[in-house]
Amino acid sequence: MDALEIARWQFGITTVYHFMMVPLTIGLGLVVAVIQTVWHRTGKPEYLRMTKFWGKLFLINFIMGVATGIVQEFQFGMAWSEYSRFVGDVFGAPLALEALLAFFIESTFLGLWIFGWKQLKPAVHLACLWIAVVGSLFSAYFIIVANSWMQHPVGVEMVNGRPVMTDAWAVFTNNTALVAVPHTLFGALAVAGGFLLGIAWYHLWRRRRDGVDTVGADGKVIAGEADIPGRDRTDHKVWIRSLRIGAVVAMISFAGTAMTGDMQGKLMFQQQPMKMAAAEAACHDGTGFSVLSIGNVGSRNCDDVVAVIEVPGILSFLAKGDFSTEVKGVNSLQAQYKADYGTNLPDNPIYGDRAGQEIQYVPVMEVTYWGFRMMIGFGGLAALAALIALWLTRKGTVPESRWLMRLAVFGILAPFGANAAGWIFTEMGRQPFVVAPNPDMNGIDQVFMFTAAAVSPGVSAGEILTSLLVLTSVYAVLLVVEVKLLVRYIRGGVVSAMPELAHLPVDENEDATPNLDEPGTGKQADDVLAFAY
Amino acid sequence: MELLPTIWFIVIAVLWTGYLFLEGFDLGVGMLMKLFARDNTERRVLLNTIGPVWDGNEVWLITAGAATFAAFPLWYASLFSSLYLPLLMVLVALIFRAVAFEYRGKVDSESWRARWDWAIALGSFFTAFGVGAALALTTTGLPLNSNGDREGGPFAWFSGYAVLGGLAVAGFSLLHALAFLALKTDGDVRHRARRWFVRLLPVLLLPIAAWALAIQFLDGKPWTWAAVLLAVAAAAAAWVFARKGSEGRAFVALGAFLVLGSAAIFGAVFPVVLPSTLSPEFDLTISNASSSDYTLGLMSIVAAVGLPLVIAYQAWTYWVFRRRVSAAHIPEAHSFLPAVAAKALTLKG
Ligand code: HDD
Ligand code: HEM
Ligand code: HEM
Repeated sequence: MDALEIARWQFGITTVYHFMMVPLTIGLGLVVAVIQTVWHRTGKPEYLRMTKFWGKLFLINFIMGVATGIVQEFQFGMAWSEYSRFVGDVFGAPLALEALLAFFIESTFLGLWIFGWKQLKPAVHLACLWIAVVGSLFSAYFIIVANSWMQHPVGVEMVNGRPVMTDAWAVFTNNTALVAVPHTLFGALAVAGGFLLGIAWYHLWRRRRDGVDTVGADGKVIAGEADIPGRDRTDHKVWIRSLRIGAVVAMISFAGTAMTGDMQGKLMFQQQPMKMAAAEAACHDGTGFSVLSIGNVGSRNCDDVVAVIEVPGILSFLAKGDFSTEVKGVNSLQAQYKADYGTNLPDNPIYGDRAGQEIQYVPVMEVTYWGFRMMIGFGGLAALAALIALWLTRKGTVPESRWLMRLAVFGILAPFGANAAGWIFTEMGRQPFVVAPNPDMNGIDQVFMFTAAAVSPGVSAGEILTSLLVLTSVYAVLLVVEVKLLVRYIRGGVVSAMPELAHLPVDENEDATPNLDEPGTGKQADDVLAFAY
Repeated sequence: MELLPTIWFIVIAVLWTGYLFLEGFDLGVGMLMKLFARDNTERRVLLNTIGPVWDGNEVWLITAGAATFAAFPLWYASLFSSLYLPLLMVLVALIFRAVAFEYRGKVDSESWRARWDWAIALGSFFTAFGVGAALALTTTGLPLNSNGDREGGPFAWFSGYAVLGGLAVAGFSLLHALAFLALKTDGDVRHRARRWFVRLLPVLLLPIAAWALAIQFLDGKPWTWAAVLLAVAAAAAAWVFARKGSEGRAFVALGAFLVLGSAAIFGAVFPVVLPSTLSPEFDLTISNASSSDYTLGLMSIVAAVGLPLVIAYQAWTYWVFRRRVSAAHIPEAHSFLPAVAAKALTLKG
């Protein structure tokens, strides 16, 4: 492998890893903010407990998002210096704005939220969380503006061989970004929904197994109390509410991704027709959508692919909204790309050993084809599971089946898988370009860059291999630690996030939760840092 | 002279200075976890002084990097790719440090805490050292060819200046952290920190002073020489204040030292942003490395609104957590799962 291939693996691995943490941060952050708001309004103890419990998991995960994000930021300069030189004038701005307008907000106000339970007035404390959550939405917006410019460059002019920004409004309202942002946010919510659902299911199941909750003759739950702190009747409410919130969020977010995804698909037919054709493994022009194709999808040789199930008209619907427009297949697109952007890489030292090589315009179809189906499939599965879960728990608790519980817990992974598949499809489908040419704009379709030209010329393959090995091993170790910690805290249940529950007598009357929990009321000298470390 | 690139050179200098000022003390506090704190309670005192703010401080680094990318893409590309391995070290250090802050208290066991304490201390040291080395090299130069790429292999960046810069930032951070602890804590930690500050100031500031002077001999201008002299005066004032027990003033004076010192360094190299040691023709300057005026103008407007806002709400954070921390405030470490709850866990599964 040469520097370019290693750098691509590194970027792919570190970004997908970063994007394991990101959707949970965004999705769970929103959910916790809503829950704390409900607690603030109603004062019901189960909502305080939910805030603390889900907030704890949120923070354990958040910090990994921070730690891995910095790698992303540095990587552009370290491994992709030619890319940075080429696009800096347009691409740097959204990154800088993200840091200035989003990361500062997120980190500062989360710090206030974590440490400010006692120092801040309840309303201010709640506002801090909301501000941090809005910060994470800004962050998603800015980074996707940057990414969308790579998918669909707008608002620039070529000056001395480099794109120079001429229209910031066009860059920041790139239609690619305007649909990708909501799509990604719904994808993040899907992750949060599955997370709430799976974990709440586990706890409800455990309460039944331990005989805390029982089921009456009518099938309705009879919530009980164990003589263990934190596992009282309020605990039951915590989990059943969390489960329902999770299920509803998962279903809504799937509907949201489907709607916005459909819009993205229509844009992509215009902006990156090859990517969409490759997502379909659609070799010849036509109207049919392949539900399943076999043959050697990965060979990049279209004649090997045989569509097993094909629904006529659907492809046209995805592309244009009707059932009859002919959509161009890989074969005719390839000829068109060759005519527009050349058959071979230019003889320029920037391409290193690759100079003069033939350009492969068809992305790895195995990845685009299955990536697209996995994204939709995992998301759809999670939504279907959420619907079934709502039905199964309509009487207030989960079935006793251990097998179902395992399924619910493993189901947490499905939306993560859908997100990773979506990004891998988007990014690999863009190849061989790192900045894809914009075909539908007047005058700027010469703004594009081949990935082969993007890597740092001065950096050796050995250096990049070193960083790839170092980063992947560090990430692997940290993943184990993170998952272990999450599992510990999840199993510990609410008390693991609210140790005070274990020290104080649990009152029969739920509303008399000790006021120690309530921000702004503690007056003792030593409660200053009770929440810290 | 181009106005906008000059403004952005100043903005980036301000961002780096802000980073060194803010993260300076939390990197130092991180190192002091192993050098200064005597027991777990003291370590928790130290951690609690920076707990709510360290992440916000770290964003200054991200912003300095991203602003360099946006305003001077060629500077960003050449500097980051040339310093590939040292920056990898910084990244790993930052990762462990961040994770350690959050995870240290999550399991109640000595060995668990000890491991993460090392991660904090070493992570802080290598971050400070690596950032210092990178900053020193951007002022003294790297072997760049006409395209701005490093010649001479993975270690071609190495020079005495890298070590000097590394020591400079690490030393400054330690001292700054002592001043900060004297200001932010109470009881024994406070007094010890002040004593250490007075005793160690001359040693810890030596490398940063050497770097500032070296740059002056290379490219100094009259006003940057004057800034160096003022910086020395500020350091002396910090020492006097600390001796007298005025912790607040000592902290401010040390801050003034940093601002003046960094003005002297950045001012001396201006208008070059990254010299090439191969040929002055290949130097990156504010004119040949910058983005277009359009981009810089756009960013200027955003920065003019955004930066004061950031400073305002970060200042508010320090105000909210203004109370001194002391061992008396640190509650008993509660076991993560109190005994009773542990019973719940052992019920099965
Ligand atoms: C859709 C959202 C999204 C996407 C596509 C990315 N990120 Fe991210 N990133 C976030 C959403 C996010 C976040 C939710 O805002 C995080 C997670 C935890 C956090 O603090 O913010 C974050 C953290 C985070 C941080 C640390 C911020 C801090 O210290 O507070 C950096 C430097 C980056 N990211 C940079 C990047 C880069 C360079 C990316 C592109 C390759 C990237 N992120 C993809
Ligand atoms: C603003 C956000 C992003 C930017 C600017 C960006 C940029 C890049 C760049 C420069 C490359 C290397 C060139 C290449 O091999 O194509 C790349 C590759 C890749 N990125 Fe992204 N990316 C972004 C977001 C993401 C996210 C969030 C993910 C997934 C979680 C992702 C997944 C990948 C993958 C899998 C590759 C490897 C593709 C391949 O090797 O063919 N990207 N991206
Ligand atoms: C019917 C459902 C869906 C459709 C039609 C759809 C469609 C699309 C399309 C066309 C893209 C590529 C955009 C581009 O390359 O420019 C995409 C990307 C993506 N999808 Fe989906 N999607 C669906 C469901 C989901 C689900 C359920 C998730 C996650 C839970 C998800 C997460 C993503 C992500 C993270 C990306 C990459 C970022 C982006 O470009 O927005 N998608 N989707």
